[in-house]
Amino acid sequence: MNSACENPLLKVEGLTKWYGRRLGCRDVGFDLYEGEVMAVVGESGSGKTTLLQLLSGQMEPSGGCVLYRLRGGSEADVWRMSEPMRRFLFRTDWGYVHQDAQLGLRMGISAGGNVGERLMAVGWRNYGAIRQSAVDWLARVEIDRDRIDDPPRTYSGGMRQRLQIARNLVTAPRLIFMDEPTGGLDVSVQARLLDLLRRLVADLNLAAILVTHDLAVARLLSNRIMVMKAGEVVETGLTDQVLDDPREPYSQLLVSSILPA
Amino acid sequence: MQPLELSGVAKTFTMHLQGGLRLPVLRDLGFSAAAGECVALTGPSGAGKSSVLKLIFGNYRCDEGSIMVRDGDTAVDVARASPRQILSLRRRKLGYVTQFLRAVPRVGALDVVADALIDAPRAAARERAATMLARFNVPERLWGLPPATFSGGEQQRINLARGFAPETPVLLLDEPTASLDAANRDAVVELVRERKEQGTAIVAIVHDDLVREAIADTSIDVTRFAAAA
Repeated sequence: MNSACENPLLKVEGLTKWYGRRLGCRDVGFDLYEGEVMAVVGESGSGKTTLLQLLSGQMEPSGGCVLYRLRGGSEADVWRMSEPMRRFLFRTDWGYVHQDAQLGLRMGISAGGNVGERLMAVGWRNYGAIRQSAVDWLARVEIDRDRIDDPPRTYSGGMRQRLQIARNLVTAPRLIFMDEPTGGLDVSVQARLLDLLRRLVADLNLAAILVTHDLAVARLLSNRIMVMKAGEVVETGLTDQVLDDPREPYSQLLVSSILPA
Repeated sequence: MQPLELSGVAKTFTMHLQGGLRLPVLRDLGFSAAAGECVALTGPSGAGKSSVLKLIFGNYRCDEGSIMVRDGDTAVDVARASPRQILSLRRRKLGYVTQFLRAVPRVGALDVVADALIDAPRAAARERAATMLARFNVPERLWGLPPATFSGGEQQRINLARGFAPETPVLLLDEPTASLDAANRDAVVELVRERKEQGTAIVAIVHDDLVREAIADTSIDVTRFAAAA
């Protein structure tokens, strides 16, 4: 939002994915700036998760491009850079929060190890500093210090999700991808996680792409929204605008299908 | 130019789930608000008064016309601006006070108010939040608690504190005094007067005749711009 970052962090054009003859998503394009949280909403099978995997360099698109502004200021096409470079970004500058924490964590090693591993991947070697950083991050995500040596296997669902967030944020990423981060959690656990995410995203001025089918989550966490159906973008705009004045038939159906809390 | 200028604004809702039913609300709406001026929107319930405020805030999409909000030496047309431009405008130029608080789980009342001051240092934001909560007579023992379980009146006052906290040059008020007691109604009137002296351009919907007379400089009857079905 400042004049210092007039160029988008992420520039997406014509992004398309075919699984053989079946469409994953077609012709998706948008710009994302630092501090912006964009929600991608739509029913199961609408292409939300496909899109997230294309954007985060995990699955190669059939067409289109994803341009990312590197820390030096130059722009790089995520799908034209080398594989090691893409992995390096994924380990450092980006975060990816999975709905299923087991996919984002190593279940057999300690919580502190889970957080420390990301730091070691970017070259941290001092055990004391790694441990201290892990302690700090576990505190930020409200995990008791005396659980640092326990593996996430022994954690509850909400704790695992918070640990996954700590593991992602410890390297101070600039862009974070979230796939249904509150899915499958109890409502009280969800509220705590949402509050935590909301604060962290604001404090760190992160750019984030949040896939969710929960419009209340989208309203709370995002400032922009993209509605998808059958692999295509139906409508985009400010989150409150699309939710309060949806224009397209499918968006109107989505908004009118939720029960008011 | 004025801080806020609308011209030729039209809005129609199309209800696709009701077979594409079209509900025209406004057509050819135009007015402006000068610095230090309070424009009151009048008309019966359903005339589209709240829709006008939502269009200005960018919460509703504008079908036709322009909604110019002054930003330094230039102006941004909310009807055509990108989401990013509207968000930036809301942070710096455009305030909006409604009756209803959208409570966020686990966030205490003081932080709910301070969060409206995104660009201020946290300590200063919390200090201003405390001043605003005190002006709306919210007891200090409630400041640390999340408002979700507060009474309707308490939530409304916290929302007023939040809405009045940022000192934006354009301020939209949707029924700020509805169901308030006399002391808090006076607090609203006093705050509006202060903001007018500071040069804020205000557009207000106020049903209470006494309050409207106390704050409004101009009245606009929205039914004049009602779109015929």
